[in-house]
Amino acid sequence: MKQTIIKTTCPYCGVGCGIEATVEDAEKHIVGIKGDPEHPANFGRLCSKGATLSETVSLENRLLYPEIDGERCDWDAALDHVAERFNAIIEQHGPEAVAFYVSGQLLTEDYYVANKLMKGFIGSANIDTNSRLCMSSAVAGYKRALGADVVPCNYEDLEVAELIVLVGSNAAWCHPVAFQRIRKAKENNPALKVVVIDPRTTASCDIADLHLPIKPGMDGFLFTGLLAYLHRTGKLDRQYIASHTEGFEDALRVAKETAGDLDRVAEQCQLSRDTVKQLYDWFADTEKTVTVYSQGINQSSSGTDKCNAIINCHLAGGKIGKPGAGPFSFTGQPNAMGGREVGGLANTLAAHMDLENPEHVARVGRFWQAPKVADKQGLKAVEMFEAIATGKIKAVWIMATNPVVSMPDADKVRDALRRCPLVVVSDCIRNTDTVDLAHVRLPATGWSEKNGTVTNLERRISRQRPLFAASGEAKPDWWIISQVAKRMGFGDVFDYRSSAEIFREHAALSAFENGGEFPVRAFNLSAFANIDQSRFDSLQPVQWPVTAGHSGTARLCGDGQFYTPNRKARFVPTEPRSPFHSPDAEYPFTLNTGRLRDQWHTMTRTGLVAKLNTHRPEPFVEIHPGDAGRLDLTQGCLARIESRCGSMLARVEMTSSQQLGSLFVPMHWTAQYSSHGRMGAVVNPVVDPLSGQPESKQTPVKISFWPSQWQVLILSRIPLSLPECEYSVNSKGGHFWRHQLAGLSPIMDARSWSRELLAKDLNDVSDSIEYCDQGQGDYRTARFEDGRLQSCLFFTTTGQLPEPGWLSTLFAKTELTRKERLCLLGGMPPQGEEDIGHTICSCFNVGEKTILKAIKTHDLTSVAAIGQCVNAGTGCGSCLPELKELLLSGKG
Amino acid sequence: MKQKLVVIGNGMAGMRTVDELMQAEPNRYQIAVFGAEPHGNYNRIMLTPVLFGSKSIADIMIHDLGWYQAHDITLHCGPGKAVAKIDRYHKRVIAQDGSTVAYDRLLIATGSLPLLPDIPGNDCQGVMGFRDIGDVETMIKTAESKRHAVVLGGGLLGLEAANGLLHRGMKVTVVNRAGHLLNRQLDATAAGFLQRQLQAKGMEFKLGVSIAEIMDDNGRISGIMLSDGTRLDADLAVMATGIKANMALAQNAGLQCQHGIIVNDCMQTSDPAIFAVGECVQHRGLTFGLVAPVYEQAKVCANHLSGHGFASYKSLLAATILKVTGIDLFSAGDFEGDDDCEKLVLIDQAQGIYRKIVLKNNQVTGTILYGDTSDNAWYLNLIKQKTDIADIRPRLIFGQVPPAQAA
Repeated sequence: MKQTIIKTTCPYCGVGCGIEATVEDAEKHIVGIKGDPEHPANFGRLCSKGATLSETVSLENRLLYPEIDGERCDWDAALDHVAERFNAIIEQHGPEAVAFYVSGQLLTEDYYVANKLMKGFIGSANIDTNSRLCMSSAVAGYKRALGADVVPCNYEDLEVAELIVLVGSNAAWCHPVAFQRIRKAKENNPALKVVVIDPRTTASCDIADLHLPIKPGMDGFLFTGLLAYLHRTGKLDRQYIASHTEGFEDALRVAKETAGDLDRVAEQCQLSRDTVKQLYDWFADTEKTVTVYSQGINQSSSGTDKCNAIINCHLAGGKIGKPGAGPFSFTGQPNAMGGREVGGLANTLAAHMDLENPEHVARVGRFWQAPKVADKQGLKAVEMFEAIATGKIKAVWIMATNPVVSMPDADKVRDALRRCPLVVVSDCIRNTDTVDLAHVRLPATGWSEKNGTVTNLERRISRQRPLFAASGEAKPDWWIISQVAKRMGFGDVFDYRSSAEIFREHAALSAFENGGEFPVRAFNLSAFANIDQSRFDSLQPVQWPVTAGHSGTARLCGDGQFYTPNRKARFVPTEPRSPFHSPDAEYPFTLNTGRLRDQWHTMTRTGLVAKLNTHRPEPFVEIHPGDAGRLDLTQGCLARIESRCGSMLARVEMTSSQQLGSLFVPMHWTAQYSSHGRMGAVVNPVVDPLSGQPESKQTPVKISFWPSQWQVLILSRIPLSLPECEYSVNSKGGHFWRHQLAGLSPIMDARSWSRELLAKDLNDVSDSIEYCDQGQGDYRTARFEDGRLQSCLFFTTTGQLPEPGWLSTLFAKTELTRKERLCLLGGMPPQGEEDIGHTICSCFNVGEKTILKAIKTHDLTSVAAIGQCVNAGTGCGSCLPELKELLLSGKG
Repeated sequence: MKQKLVVIGNGMAGMRTVDELMQAEPNRYQIAVFGAEPHGNYNRIMLTPVLFGSKSIADIMIHDLGWYQAHDITLHCGPGKAVAKIDRYHKRVIAQDGSTVAYDRLLIATGSLPLLPDIPGNDCQGVMGFRDIGDVETMIKTAESKRHAVVLGGGLLGLEAANGLLHRGMKVTVVNRAGHLLNRQLDATAAGFLQRQLQAKGMEFKLGVSIAEIMDDNGRISGIMLSDGTRLDADLAVMATGIKANMALAQNAGLQCQHGIIVNDCMQTSDPAIFAVGECVQHRGLTFGLVAPVYEQAKVCANHLSGHGFASYKSLLAATILKVTGIDLFSAGDFEGDDDCEKLVLIDQAQGIYRKIVLKNNQVTGTILYGDTSDNAWYLNLIKQKTDIADIRPRLIFGQVPPAQAA
């Protein structure tokens, strides 16, 4: 069979790794995935998620045909329906009554067309994006300080820096390949210091010389205090400040007033004076300092100020735009940056131009030949869904995102969509919490079928290239939007035939009236303003700006020239603020939310990959053992977490990596996989006043033991349709599905109940094993077909369930030994057979127990030695921090 | 001059005591042994494999006649050598043939006798017990020419006899008064497993009935009439309805007896010069039918006979293992339990595995392992040690929990 190698880009985080895909069978969607050794973002490396992309491209749960009200229809009917309904609502209620909610998962070309339709032709700026939840504070911060949304740094800076401060970033899990570059840089240059500022002890602390376990949300105090400290200790670059910046004195005055005292700052941040001083001194004395900041900074009611507090410190030392120096925002999504470039946010216009600037509005109008370009900000995500809830917005088109899961106060978002007269969704997935609520479902192509560009977090534009033909009747998002635009009556300017054509227009707009007699805009792709199809198809990864004769731009602002009218950078006075809601007697904990190593967003793709589900198969809440003990919570029990907006259930994970008074829950679980695992339901919808980004990291909550009367673990070769119950979580394993249930009302006859439960999907009970401990109320059963394990069920009233590690391996076997059958319902392998423990290394499925045993028996002292011995950590390397921890604990 | 020790009974209990004694104090006694059977000392438990055909008589001998000579032990065995009387006053024993031996210490190890139910016709030819080499030889011989065997009693001995006869080609029916087999060792569920497995081998069962009458043809058994009116052809009837302590000698000598010869913790009878061990004794109200406690008694008894005198016998937990090829069965302790007990049960029908553990206050008080008896020693130990199993309860029934994980 003929195999083609296609270079494309990973669709997960903002690192934007290059991929070499070997299509083995285009019909069956069989493809081999490798890192692209030539791509400058990753030089061949991939993380656990990227490496398993081949397992996400099947047709499982794909949306393949248009649907109206749940009925399949043809494209014409669906497109006409959407266009007519949008037009009717606009005609009756005005353009502000409709909205698009789009996504950093869209390609730049899709994003461009959506933005153009809404802002240029519908005439509203009610287009916002899930990037609002992720980096809008960073955008606002850069714009205030640098005059444009420019990320001045790049990955090389991580390698040449002498100090890297990671603040609000668990890059080890959220940007694994970039983190591994830092790790490598540190190995190559032992003088490189790494500081992690994070309330949690995360995997990123693995390489930290200094960890500041800051009180949640207090980073503004720390960096505002740093500015005052730089001044106090005479570590300012006076010359730079004078020549290239403005507003320093105001910023300094506020800093001195609000965070001028080191002891006070340390106290407010709940840090020791010495650690704060250590950070400050290192920062003051290190020219080549990169501050990497991410969601821990951005997702805050004062996120924009926090970004500026950081940028202020860089400006004060001239540490920006030079090799190894700069404030470096790490974005979360594969094309959050592309969305920023096209202006796909409710408060930006297009190509780095502004809605409030009449010149910009006129210029874009000229370029688009659009009669009524929006000239005021639209509704940002949280406001947008509020407007849907109040009925102000009557039609919403959601593309490639899942707000019912990811938005704060998510139950309200769900209810708003239920009431909204018209919900259109374009997606590649048939069942998500959001798609389930849509009136019109439009099948979009998925990652493996898409064709266009994305921009990673160092401004590097890379191609996503199709590996397969579109499945079913799926169409590119740009095509769907253009078709609706045409049917709404905007035909001429939406007559696109390819993504190359759109990219060309996008590039031309970026170059349009840019420089010369006009003010310079940083975002400029003039080199591509005439790009043809073949050049587009062979486009190499390149960092913008890309103007004629230049091959991209590694760094920005290094010459001290910024994008403000007077080309000077602006210091922004930042008065540090605590999180909007503080914990109180009723809600005494601060809830933090975030990503896991092996899941992506709402699990629509990573949830399909058995390997990735084994790392953490169930929603959990991390709590300090001290707090847990006080509240009678035990390791592995179920707990209810409740805020003023909503509640969720999660399994308790006791860990001292969590501060007293703080909780952490992963952001990924949806109603598709869990009954009550959606963290969005709990997060308060407080937003930053400038960026509109929600404060997803600090919600006051309470936590209590959830008094389940029983719990059930089922592993089944086929997915089971289980009854509704108060707690349920499903996940896909290798050769089996894992179901966990729990309930509040006692079940009297566990045996009959369990048998009835299984009977729905599995009829053959001739070959089975049963275990019963009536006194304790435990019942377990396993079923076989031709000797092959079909399912096993564990019912307990005491909460003691087996670790599924060994059990899951039994599903790969065609027949069990007598001994295995005997031990099966004990959940532990027969003596002499190894229980690998929970998976640490997803690449090679190496478990904790295997690793600990190897450490002990071979007296291993390095992660490299572990790798040689049991392979762990030699694949994607994402588990290296955990291996290091095991090395430590294995010795102790 | 050596003291004189006389042992009545050349079986496992008595000779085990002699073995222990020879190890502890080889020169203390001049020993004389009386045995009713014309053999050396053999392993009675191994009669089952002899009947089955997997062992010969020679295989199961513990001490042949030469051994007694080599150790300077006088063996009185064979016809007429059964002891007829104990003369405590003169400290001597008198055999049926009149031979008389004096003792300083006497050890009674007369074992047990089959409990033959009082059924009309039970004295006809072909009706027998299953106790000694002679019985086995008769059964083997009968199986060579006859077809129909009836075993009365679904206990360990009965099933082992039935299995042996079945293997030797007879059509065997086991008749049991109780509703399930091995009712002293198994619960009804485990017995069901066992019955199905034996039925699969061809054994037939009549449960919940007894034998009303043994019919004969010229003094030789010809059939059996059951209490429910069924008639079975029978060329052989093996009575395995239980045993009783063989204590007539002791009784006649005026030793205290009840269900057996009463002994104290030193295995001493009511006469300080006379000791007793094995199936003939009663210790703290219990009588014995299994080898493990008997060997323990032998050890204690030898300790006292040797003059060391510190050991004391504690009733050992009874554990059962059935010696039927292809059947793995183990039971120990109180496997039924009472209302205060909790039960753990594991059933794998397809593999014929059944396990049951009875708990009281999170201690194991009894267990049945059927189909897979691995880890039986561990379970037995848990019962003996009264280990608190609360921490390992969810995994208890599935086999030994490695100590690290049990902790």
